[in-house]
Amino acid sequence: MLGLDLTFLSWDIISKFVLGGLWFSIKLTIIATLGGIVFGTLLALMRLSGKKALMLPATIYVNGMRSIPLVMVILWFFLLIPFLIGKPIGAEVSAIVTFIAFEAAYFSEIMRAGIQSIPRGQVHAGQALGMSYGQNMRLVVLPQAFRNMLPVLLTQTIILFQDTSLVYAIGAYDLLKGFTNAGKIYGRPEEAYLLAAVVYFVICFALSWSVKRLQAKIAIVR
Amino acid sequence: MSWDWQVFLNDDGSGRTYLEWMIDAWGWTLAVAGSSWVVAVVMGALMGTLRTLQDSPWLVRLATVWVELFRNIPLLVQVFLWYFVVPKMFPLFQQVPGFVLVVFALGFFTSARIAEQVRAGIQALPRGQRYAALAMGFTTAQAYRYVILPMAFRIILPPLTSESMNLLKNSAVAFAVSIAELTMFAMQAQEETSRGVEVYLAVTALYMLSAFAVNRVFATIEKRMQIPGFIVAGGTGGGH
Repeated sequence: MLGLDLTFLSWDIISKFVLGGLWFSIKLTIIATLGGIVFGTLLALMRLSGKKALMLPATIYVNGMRSIPLVMVILWFFLLIPFLIGKPIGAEVSAIVTFIAFEAAYFSEIMRAGIQSIPRGQVHAGQALGMSYGQNMRLVVLPQAFRNMLPVLLTQTIILFQDTSLVYAIGAYDLLKGFTNAGKIYGRPEEAYLLAAVVYFVICFALSWSVKRLQAKIAIVR
Repeated sequence: MSWDWQVFLNDDGSGRTYLEWMIDAWGWTLAVAGSSWVVAVVMGALMGTLRTLQDSPWLVRLATVWVELFRNIPLLVQVFLWYFVVPKMFPLFQQVPGFVLVVFALGFFTSARIAEQVRAGIQALPRGQRYAALAMGFTTAQAYRYVILPMAFRIILPPLTSESMNLLKNSAVAFAVSIAELTMFAMQAQEETSRGVEVYLAVTALYMLSAFAVNRVFATIEKRMQIPGFIVAGGTGGGH
């Protein structure tokens, strides 16, 4: 077909090259999502705290992260982490730290919008019931904010999954690397890229379709 | 560790300083991003418009396929597809320079996102605008050209601003196919000089400067294009 030969691919090659990479991509996505939500929520709370000493560093961090290309952030962390901890670090660990730090900035913007979408009356009602700031956030505001933001959070996770392919810059072994390695060894690099594209497409399309379904469901309940 | 900014005045081995190399690389970044932006806006406007033509289901389907296809494959993989796979499948493309192939990759990837914004912008317009245009005797094409699209573009300027800044940042993936842009420069100069922090800082600053410039240009456009009586939501916009 059009100068391509896709027959080289066997289950052996897939399990030997691709599955390990796929597993790392998924692991990276999940860890970065969870870590990003935790730190992103903290950053959002700092920015909404009204205290300058908390707002300023959080704002600088979020805007700084959001104005540089992810590839540069990946390179920065790969350069700086060994320098800071004084010993070399693997590309995989470096990638995980980088993605948590990077995604926290994006998740914090989502969380901030989510928290601000909660009517002020909810906060006042919580205060009127004698709740502390912490209780009010934990029991009233954040649960509703999470629910409002769920579709956007999940969409961001799909983008994150696509972005994990950028660990190419530091040579970490992810899904894309699995395919490119297989392609190199068996002399079929073009076919390998094409198959990688198909796999990414199927995963991302299925995920975004599910998010759309979920969104419709939540919208009715609300 | 001490700073060594002198490193930028060193010869890179081909008779130019690292500073000159970096400025060249900045030019490549701007060229890749600028050309891709044109492709992205043209295709995005076209596909976004097609998605709103309720009377032509096949055009809607075509545009939907376009958006889903270019949105659900990672940009880096799309760059590899254009650079390695397309020339192999279609020998015609073997004559096309790598720069152009990367522009296609980045432009089409971004066009899917812009198409969604255009569609949302068109659908955000009150239906009366379209009906009024049709009642005046405009054809569908005229209604889009003179009434709907001019309004829709003003509505989507804020998200288009952040998408354009994203495009600038995304141009960094061109390093993967050896386009001599800023990220490529950063990686090579870091390796050759071992002054990674200085090199990365300079490159990061140039990216921030460029993104800021894009932001200002769009803010000016938004101000100039404002139609009195229509409140177009301000703010910086989010996105990725």
